[in-house]
Amino acid sequence: MNDTIRELLSKHGGLPVAADQLADTADLYEAGLSSFASVQLMLALEEEFDIEFPEAYLNRKTFSSISAIAEALADITKDRQVA
Amino acid sequence: MNAPAQVAAMDLAERARRAAKVAAEFADRVDAEGRFPAEGMEAVKAERLMGVMIRPELGGESATLTQVADVCAILGQSCAATAMTYAMHQIQIASLADYAVGSAWHEAFLKRICDEQLLVASATSEAGIGGNLRNSICAIEVDGPIARLTKDATVISYGAAADAIMVTSRRNAEAPHPDQVATLFLKEQYTLERTSVWDTLGMRGTCSDGYIFRGECPAEQILPRPFAEIAAQSMLAVSHLLWGALWYGIAADAVARSQAFVRAAARKMPGQTPPGALRLAEASNLLQQVKANVVAGLKQFEAAKGNADALNAMSFSVAMNNIKVGTSQMILVIINHCMLICGISAYKNGTPYSLGRHLRDAHSAQLMISNDRILGNTSTMLLVNKQDTSLLG
Repeated sequence: MNDTIRELLSKHGGLPVAADQLADTADLYEAGLSSFASVQLMLALEEEFDIEFPEAYLNRKTFSSISAIAEALADITKDRQVA
Repeated sequence: MNAPAQVAAMDLAERARRAAKVAAEFADRVDAEGRFPAEGMEAVKAERLMGVMIRPELGGESATLTQVADVCAILGQSCAATAMTYAMHQIQIASLADYAVGSAWHEAFLKRICDEQLLVASATSEAGIGGNLRNSICAIEVDGPIARLTKDATVISYGAAADAIMVTSRRNAEAPHPDQVATLFLKEQYTLERTSVWDTLGMRGTCSDGYIFRGECPAEQILPRPFAEIAAQSMLAVSHLLWGALWYGIAADAVARSQAFVRAAARKMPGQTPPGALRLAEASNLLQQVKANVVAGLKQFEAAKGNADALNAMSFSVAMNNIKVGTSQMILVIINHCMLICGISAYKNGTPYSLGRHLRDAHSAQLMISNDRILGNTSTMLLVNKQDTSLLG
């Protein structure tokens, strides 16, 4: 999952550094992720994983690192399986 | 009880009203001469209003943002330049008080703000970046215990009158543009070389000249939290709410003047409703909307305060952006209504019903952080943010 996130991040994140250079826990905002790019990334993730981010996930924390995004995606897809 | 303690024991709004009375007296001169509202700000300091939001153990009064917004609204009714200077100072205080907790240097400085009633300015705009708060070209250079920074700051409001300036920059020379820190420089630690003069339509007394800022200070004066976090959780919301409050103040004074005009006309023609009365009712209606907008925003902010998740939520940013855009647009409609009510007496300077200064000051509202930029930002968030359609939520 982290590889897919990293791929979408390099496509939509508009980061000045290559996404494959970033550690899973690196702070994406410090790496230069803008709020506009984070929304573009979110839309791409929604499309890729066929999900919708619930309101509770729409904050800076969710998109603060690759592993934070992976964790959020895992939570959202798990909820879906239960439902 | 010593004199400052006696002042501080009084009601905040009452102290603000006393300062506003002094500020009102000089408002037209400050505007005409485009000079710093020295008398108004001295009165604000005499009322010990500079550090009220700071914790009591550091000499403050732990005033809420709502109380400070009330002070801004009161000052805004008298002199918008005094109110804006005060509001911008409080935006820095809110950042320092909440995002430098535990930093010995910053806490000692907060205490000095209370003791000496110091004025803090900020330098965020930069040549080549424009008004985008969240980007810097300049980078702070940390050389052992010393930090050095040069910034081509296109605007530093009341820079020449400030006792300290909070300056944003990249964290270091290698950091990308949005990886910023804020550093607090004291007056004796920097020089300002003026590059442009603030000769504007309104808000003339804020003296927002451009400068080349050159500073050197101990590295401990860099704020410990990343500026991204301070901007997202505090600065933007606090700015929109305090500005909204003082903009309300400008419009409220315009409505008060036009109401006085209509009343005077009614007294001259008993039995007849003056022609401006209906429009006054409309202006009062619109003013109430501005007030409701700001008050609802303050309530939302106080409920979210201290909760990073709530302050970071997209729906919160959308709400704060809406307050800024809504109030800045509406006050112009209101003041224009008031202008129609008072006619030539409003258009002319030096009458009790003059509204030129109000109208010019109010025009800054949709430009300081451009409404177009904010709407663009909101529209991006609305691509994913789900609208909360409840009335009370």
